[in-house]
Amino acid sequence: MNLLGKLSWDAIPLDQPIIMGATAFMVLVIMAVLSFITFKDYWGPLWRDWITSVDHKRIGVMYILLALVMLLRGFSDAIMMRAQQAVAAGGAQGYLPPEHFDQIFSAHGTIMIFFMAMPFVIGVINVVVPLQLGVRDVAFPTLNSVSFWLTASGALLINISLAVGEFGKTGWVAYPPLSELQFSPGVGVDYYLWSLQISGIGTLLSGINFVTTILKLRAPGMGYMRMPVFCWTAMATSLLIVAAFPVLTATFAMLLLDRYLGFHFFTVDGGGNAMMYVNLFWVWGHPEVYILVLPAFGIYSEVVATFSGKPLFGYRSMVAATMAICVLSFLVWLHHFFTMGGSADVNGFFGVMTMIIAVPTGVKVFNWLFTMYGGRVRFTVPMLWSIGFMITFVVGGMTGVLMAVPPADFQVHNSLFLVAHFHNTIIGGVVFGLMAGYNYWFPKVFGFRLDERWGKASFWCWFVGFYLAFMPLYAVGLMGMTRRLQHYDNPAWQPWLMVAALGTVVILAGVACQAIQLVVSVRARRQLRDTTGNPWGGRTLEWFTPSPPPAWNFTVLPSVGRFARRTPAEGTQDYKAIEMPNNSPIGFITAFFAVVTGFTLIWHIWWMAGLGLLGAFVTLLAFAFRRQEEVEVSAVEIARFDRAHPAEVTP
Amino acid sequence: MSDAYAVSMLKKMRHWGGALPIVIGAVALSGCSEGVLDPKGPIAAAEREILFNSLGIMLAIVVPTILATIGVAFWFRSSNRRARYRPDFTYSGRLEMLVWSIPAMTVLLVGGVAWLGAHDLDPRRPIASDVEPVRVQVVSLDWKWLFIYPDQGIASVNHLTVPVGTPVSFELTSSGVMNSFFVPQLGSQIYTMAGMVTHLHLQADHEGTYRGLSANYSGEGFADMRFTVDAVLPEAFAQWMDGTRSTGPMLDAGTYAALAKPSSAVAPFTYRSVAPDLFNGILGSAMHQHGSTGLAHPTAQRAEK
Repeated sequence: MNLLGKLSWDAIPLDQPIIMGATAFMVLVIMAVLSFITFKDYWGPLWRDWITSVDHKRIGVMYILLALVMLLRGFSDAIMMRAQQAVAAGGAQGYLPPEHFDQIFSAHGTIMIFFMAMPFVIGVINVVVPLQLGVRDVAFPTLNSVSFWLTASGALLINISLAVGEFGKTGWVAYPPLSELQFSPGVGVDYYLWSLQISGIGTLLSGINFVTTILKLRAPGMGYMRMPVFCWTAMATSLLIVAAFPVLTATFAMLLLDRYLGFHFFTVDGGGNAMMYVNLFWVWGHPEVYILVLPAFGIYSEVVATFSGKPLFGYRSMVAATMAICVLSFLVWLHHFFTMGGSADVNGFFGVMTMIIAVPTGVKVFNWLFTMYGGRVRFTVPMLWSIGFMITFVVGGMTGVLMAVPPADFQVHNSLFLVAHFHNTIIGGVVFGLMAGYNYWFPKVFGFRLDERWGKASFWCWFVGFYLAFMPLYAVGLMGMTRRLQHYDNPAWQPWLMVAALGTVVILAGVACQAIQLVVSVRARRQLRDTTGNPWGGRTLEWFTPSPPPAWNFTVLPSVGRFARRTPAEGTQDYKAIEMPNNSPIGFITAFFAVVTGFTLIWHIWWMAGLGLLGAFVTLLAFAFRRQEEVEVSAVEIARFDRAHPAEVTP
Repeated sequence: MSDAYAVSMLKKMRHWGGALPIVIGAVALSGCSEGVLDPKGPIAAAEREILFNSLGIMLAIVVPTILATIGVAFWFRSSNRRARYRPDFTYSGRLEMLVWSIPAMTVLLVGGVAWLGAHDLDPRRPIASDVEPVRVQVVSLDWKWLFIYPDQGIASVNHLTVPVGTPVSFELTSSGVMNSFFVPQLGSQIYTMAGMVTHLHLQADHEGTYRGLSANYSGEGFADMRFTVDAVLPEAFAQWMDGTRSTGPMLDAGTYAALAKPSSAVAPFTYRSVAPDLFNGILGSAMHQHGSTGLAHPTAQRAEK
């Protein structure tokens, strides 16, 4: 009986210089950060103000920080893949053996979807939604902290897989039978499954939290049709999370049963059917696309309206379009596998449904266009991202509708044309939106604006780099190049792939500009300070409180009339104490046990997995029996804060 | 600037607007030989036409939208004093109508193309022809392709020979992991799944050698899971048949089990005879437990490193 299950020193790939180099770099960065914290004696504040914080703004910032770190990791994978395909033509094998290349593309997709895009989106929702609704926090603040820490646990497990063992070699979708024990006996698929199960629970809890917050906690007078469009999209996304993520969890649970206990849900033998997994995966997977892009649409709606100096054009249409997309997104999943040999009626139905979802999306583009029409457009960094999105996204939408035509899909399915399409929509739609939101709400969160020049440089690098990197992929896709090729024999593809690799370098310059932008802005924070609380002339409630907002968001909860009034500052003579939720280490401790449980299940260390589960359960009990859940912020403290921020008191 | 000049400019623009899809198509074509834009059979040709039609319909709306976005953003820049500021322009019933109906009408058109195309080019639909089709049974293995000609009793690995102008009727399955059978220049790809049969009908109209590949990632040897398709004249096809029958090993349960062991970049070769009903045996073996037939689980468990 081995106490450590399958784990041994062999699990560390010492013979792989690239992996060991990356690991060493990761360890070095972690050590540097830890010693910096120790040197500066930041452990106390870190624990009190961040790790145990249940403040939605701080949790949002931690989500976004996680997303940015994972963006760097996922982007390194992207650079390695593009470099490999740029050289591995003809007889050449490139510098990555299949065994490594297959892990890289699997990790790239998994990280970018689950640990970059998702935390970024949820982070922005966390920061913005309670402020826009004019409330003090989300419905369940401690649960919110648990959500974040579970997501971070999943991310940690993925990063551990780099150094200990391996990651899945089954693509980010992990289709069986390839992902079954018979064909993938290693721990890679288990890393994939457990990290996504753990972070998936976090995401589900987040969804529940925001559905409740938006439905139940709004400022007085804020009816549904007075909610900012971003809140509508956040609600649509949260509803989709609540409806779709359990499907993913159940599907992965079935695959785990197959792998751990010899079940036959998706196996080749024993009556299993792998296509059930493929269907269920995309029943989650297509709504997931909209989970990501709807909040981005919400960000564009806020940004375009603000920087055009006008309210949004066709607000009701926007709301209707958002909710239409929310419902329709569950009726299109089969377009991910027209090529499984379904009947013509089935393929035709899902093809047409897929196109119908393009109608509300098209409506949104036109409404943004008419919002700019008759406006005074200021080309700030968020606005550049938004206009860049409008141009780029219609191209991605067009190729998407093209692939919704089943016979066209028979020719480009799984090709680099497809890869170009979904990067066209996810980078051009989601990432551009998140970058717009990052630049737009940064001054609200930190009290100073981001540098414009570096921000613009970053936008142009990303924009040009995107076209260089992905337009060639459309072309090679049409030339018959399929995705996930570690090497290829057709020399005609190589020039295109070299251009694509060059595009990645240009995007890298964009990422570098963003890093520089952050450093430059922090250094120049005094000049960039936002003293007004409303640096852009926005009209939603988050701009009616100081930047950064106090922990209680609004001294007096705003009330919303036909137009939002600047009431929060009225009646400032009479300060009342505010009850705020207590800090709680529950999220962090739960996440610790989640990591222990996940890691030991991956390596079959059963006894320790049992201890991990027990620990999580005891944590829950301890939380249930807590004595004090709220702290009081005294009227004196609130009055002192208000006096220190006079600019907001008088409009 | 005279009106006449403006009109002639407009005419030129319209001329170019109409030519745009063609220009893009031509540029794409010249760069895309050997791909799906260079079809060599009726299915691929029909699919390319659908691709171009759908693209044309959508470009008619996408190009103006992109131009309008740039134009509106530029004209209404805050520094432009000639642009009229209309902060109350936030609703217009007529525009809303237009905003919903333009994408709806586009989708109506493309949706029609999709529905009809899905039926006309259903992979299961036989190709209408006076010529008797050739039957080919396809098995995807780790990591190579087995092509069985059941009526001729021969088989080949990583190499498919078909007669020109003759419909080819494929039945496809997999020994284990899912793959996708794809010859871009002949058209429609289709999944191969263990325990299940998919159907596909293709035809080559021109002599030549075409690339075939797996279009669904299937593990370590996936990149080498290529095959070549030789489309030859019917007489040459008959000759190839005769030649194949006279040389090479036999394919039965035993040799199949050896073949099915994982290997990659296998040089093409042929079998002079095939055990009857081998395809159905492979298909059935996938559905039963280990060891219940002679063919059960020939796909060796991939060794853990």
